[in-house]
Amino acid sequence: MIAIIDYNAGNLASVARAVAHLGFACTVTADAGTIRAAERIIFPGVGAAGAAMDSLKRAGLDAVLVEQFAAGKPMLGICLGTQVIMGRSEENDTRCLGIVAGRVTAFPVRLRDADDRPLKIPHMGWNRIRVCVPHPLTAGIDSQDEFYFVHSYYPVPDEAARVMATTDYGIRFASVLGWRNLAATQFHLEKSGRPGLRMLANFCAWNPAV
Amino acid sequence: MLSKRIIPCLDVRDGKTTKGIRFQENVDIGDPVDMARFYYEQGADEIVFYDITASHERRNIMIDVVRRVAETIFIPFSVGGGIRGVADMRAVLMAGAEKISVNSAAVREPEIIARGAEAFGCQCIVLGMDVKHVGVRPEIPSGYEVVIDGGRTAMGIDALAWARRAQELGAGEICLNSIDADGTRGGYELNLTALVSEHVTIPVIASGGAGKPEHLRDVLTEGRADAALIASMVHYGNFTISEIKAYLHGCGIRVRKTW
Repeated sequence: MIAIIDYNAGNLASVARAVAHLGFACTVTADAGTIRAAERIIFPGVGAAGAAMDSLKRAGLDAVLVEQFAAGKPMLGICLGTQVIMGRSEENDTRCLGIVAGRVTAFPVRLRDADDRPLKIPHMGWNRIRVCVPHPLTAGIDSQDEFYFVHSYYPVPDEAARVMATTDYGIRFASVLGWRNLAATQFHLEKSGRPGLRMLANFCAWNPAV
Repeated sequence: MLSKRIIPCLDVRDGKTTKGIRFQENVDIGDPVDMARFYYEQGADEIVFYDITASHERRNIMIDVVRRVAETIFIPFSVGGGIRGVADMRAVLMAGAEKISVNSAAVREPEIIARGAEAFGCQCIVLGMDVKHVGVRPEIPSGYEVVIDGGRTAMGIDALAWARRAQELGAGEICLNSIDADGTRGGYELNLTALVSEHVTIPVIASGGAGKPEHLRDVLTEGRADAALIASMVHYGNFTISEIKAYLHGCGIRVRKTW
């Protein structure tokens, strides 16, 4: 069973539907016992970091996630989930879970494209990833494959070695992170068509202990 | 860099599409779920559904369609038509849509945009705008006026001012439909699209007038649009989305090529 963490941060049903479509059993839950009993954890989310951390703390799930990461359980962050696993977010100046050391920062204003036109923020739409460290999550992904992004902030790990893939949008930022039994994507792999489903399936089959 | 998005639009009434698509195999399909799957498999980057069901009591049929679409395709899709408030928005989003679009209701009551953005985030809220060229007047300095009720009611509001206001209220995207170009298949209104796109910092989806791939090329370059809405040119099998994308790629426009 895969536990999809429910912490009042957006529509988690789409993640559950994608996992179910791939043939894996999952449950959307905020129950610590269910999360501890699950084989793996997906930590999605849409919204703001401050409200997300408040909700996690209120439900006591912040400690559960940190403990389950330390216990070695395979964990997947998606979008806001990927930001909340970092040390600190500049969004609402929020102290986050600290599973990956580093910060979350906003896209600089007045980014420009190659034709010197202003880039729109949020970074919303389809973009590519450039794999810098091969990871089981990105197995079978082609450099032409694109993924659906919606965000105004992005993670900056202290250690460059945590960055598995990057994406270019005016600047180059980390779009896939990997650290021990954690993998995390800034994009929505549940809304990214076949390549996204491939990465989700890769996670569902991933054994970080090997 | 982001790819330019190609977005087929489906009108749905009482749970059925109003224009069955006639594919190359000459099969008519009126089921929105089957059509969504067809376009998803062809490489659509997003899908827009407009619910034109007249009676409010029958709107739960659309919620069921949204739920079934969400189980079938794994790309973003939006739903518009008849959304009057946060409760309507919540029902559609919880059923699995990524975004909701508001049009006439937002012109009558702009605060609906702010309430939706606050409840669900700006990225969920698309402002649909119907615009008509009326010539420059004191209250319409751009010469483009906002109209509602499918173009029947002029509102005395300048299109550029309304686009900017909607962005300030929290709209995450604008779907800009030219009433003059709509249905002509003679090409998008490039001047209007470029004006609005340069007047706001949120993405603009061009709508109305698409008849051939060259029209998409023009609106995605000269028209400065971030995405292009298409309807009859794909519904009747004249073009497939993959053909359109191959053409745009050949013109040097970045589009998503694998799916």
